[in-house]
Amino acid sequence: MASIARCLRAARPALPTLARSSVPQPISRLSTIRAFSASTIRPVRKYTKDHEWVDLSADNKTGVIGISEYAAEALGDVVYVELPEKGKAVKAGDAIGAVESVKSAADINAPISCKITDVNFLLEEKPATINQVPEDDSHGGGWIAKVTVDEQGVKDLEALMDVEEYKTFTAGEDAEH
Amino acid sequence: MRGLELNRSASRALRAASQAHRRSPVTLTPRSFATAALSQRHTPTPRSLAPQTRHASSSSPSAPLSKTPLHDLHLSHGAKLVPFGGFAMPVQYPSKSIRDSHIFTRTHASIFDVSHMVQRLFVGPGAPSFLQLLTPSDLTSLPPHKSTLSTLLSPSGSGGIVDDTVITRLPDRGASNIPVFYVVTNAGCREKDDAYFASELSKWSGPEVKQEQLTSHALIALQGPDSARILESALSPHHPKPDLSQLYFGSSLYARLSAAREPVLVSRGGYTGEDGFEISIPDSPVAVTEALLKLGGEDIDLAGLGARDSLRLEAGMCLYGHDLDETTTPVEAGLSWIIPKSRRGADAGYYGAEVIAAQLVPKTKGGKGVERRRVGLVVEGAPAREGAEILGGENGEKVGVVTSGCPSPTLGKNIAMGYVADGFHKAGTEVDVLVRGKKRRAVVSKMPFVPSRYHKGAA
Repeated sequence: MASIARCLRAARPALPTLARSSVPQPISRLSTIRAFSASTIRPVRKYTKDHEWVDLSADNKTGVIGISEYAAEALGDVVYVELPEKGKAVKAGDAIGAVESVKSAADINAPISCKITDVNFLLEEKPATINQVPEDDSHGGGWIAKVTVDEQGVKDLEALMDVEEYKTFTAGEDAEH
Repeated sequence: MRGLELNRSASRALRAASQAHRRSPVTLTPRSFATAALSQRHTPTPRSLAPQTRHASSSSPSAPLSKTPLHDLHLSHGAKLVPFGGFAMPVQYPSKSIRDSHIFTRTHASIFDVSHMVQRLFVGPGAPSFLQLLTPSDLTSLPPHKSTLSTLLSPSGSGGIVDDTVITRLPDRGASNIPVFYVVTNAGCREKDDAYFASELSKWSGPEVKQEQLTSHALIALQGPDSARILESALSPHHPKPDLSQLYFGSSLYARLSAAREPVLVSRGGYTGEDGFEISIPDSPVAVTEALLKLGGEDIDLAGLGARDSLRLEAGMCLYGHDLDETTTPVEAGLSWIIPKSRRGADAGYYGAEVIAAQLVPKTKGGKGVERRRVGLVVEGAPAREGAEILGGENGEKVGVVTSGCPSPTLGKNIAMGYVADGFHKAGTEVDVLVRGKKRRAVVSKMPFVPSRYHKGAA
């Protein structure tokens, strides 16, 4: 099951990414370095030390939040997801929900300041989706919430890690233990 | 994701489980960070512990974690190890998730390494009376090879539980029939219990009694409905084979296994609610475990502390340091059944007898009763974990606290145990449990949550 999901995940990001890439992308400080590389057409995914990820749209106005594959694997079989409250405005680091497995409860913290506009009700019915496709922000994926972002939220993003930095970070965490 | 700094939960659990037993952190295998949390229940509330607090996950800064005699086997099977009770213990193996391992134990069989637990012998003509001072059990009438769940009680006379334990009477030693008791205590209480026994032995003025620790003996638990068949196949053909069908829950025997030179002590029982055995192995524990795995084939697997915890919770069994502590008496803990009629009087002579005898008579029968009781809870929505407040009554006041809780893999419901004020303890009582600041409906429920399936005789 999980392995099937993993295969799907590899194929899936194409859809949302293509959709977004058709929007003219303002050159933000996040993407300038990578201008003309393939990665500029998709939102840059950033990670927190608490193992959440956030995608910001090209216009820096909206985003999607989820938990990392590393976190999902660490948690084990997720049996309950407490979703954020729709409409709530939160600051970076605020607890907005939780993910529970047989053995542990982990809070989901807001990676950046934002306002929750939508939550992934699929996770209430099928919490295991978090284990299968935690970093999938499409329909049927394991994303947690959709948000709108203001200037503070964009600023908060600077403190987060890109995928390479996050990989190094989690490798370091593993090594420490 | 706080909570994913799972170190914290390990540290909390370990602090609770081994207050008196602190050793230093070690480098565990990769990803143990994750499983550290998985292995332990933890409170949902604290938000502030940063990853660097993981020092508390073990203990004093000098001593490294101990290894059980099965350590190399764990490594060769890819176990995720976590610090527990001063030992590096497997919490999970790569072949199964904790949930799958849990269900596999209820449907097939699992082997748990429980060698971290402390195996003690009390030997001497004074052993029965010595242990009857410390516990409310009737050990003078306990026949050889029979076991009883018991509690070590505080010498303060408060009735508080120093540790919970299983006491087995072994055959008398030598021509002069010297009594021998096999006493298994919790790993997390090792240092505290060592000090407790040392102090009690030094104060003891009755007939002679000596303590021996079986430090080199491994202890494994073989649990699940396929256990008996698999153990049967591991018995040595070169020795008279015991009839395991006649070995009932709470009984033990010495058996010869093909894979070990010395006899092993096989006790029928365990910590999962399933039929099964705990096997104390003086030599060749790796060979014995590998032999059981091979003989069991598809019907057996290794299981770790993760599954052990959810299994015992479904079975309604206590975990010391969480569901039991020194402020709790056996009556409050719902363990009155371990106190036989012969020892229910205030003059029974064990530590705390006066307090406990008074509590044993409920208020409804004109006695003192207890102010709080351990109960089971089934919680709607989010799982309630240790530390969650229980609210009840018209005003929703705090009436108790959860001491263990998890989603039950067998039932698909959230189960918990905790202590509630007298009056809220009856099965069916509706209460609320606070999880992350929100009230969740809960119902007081009888335990075990999952019916036990012990191998008991007809009588």
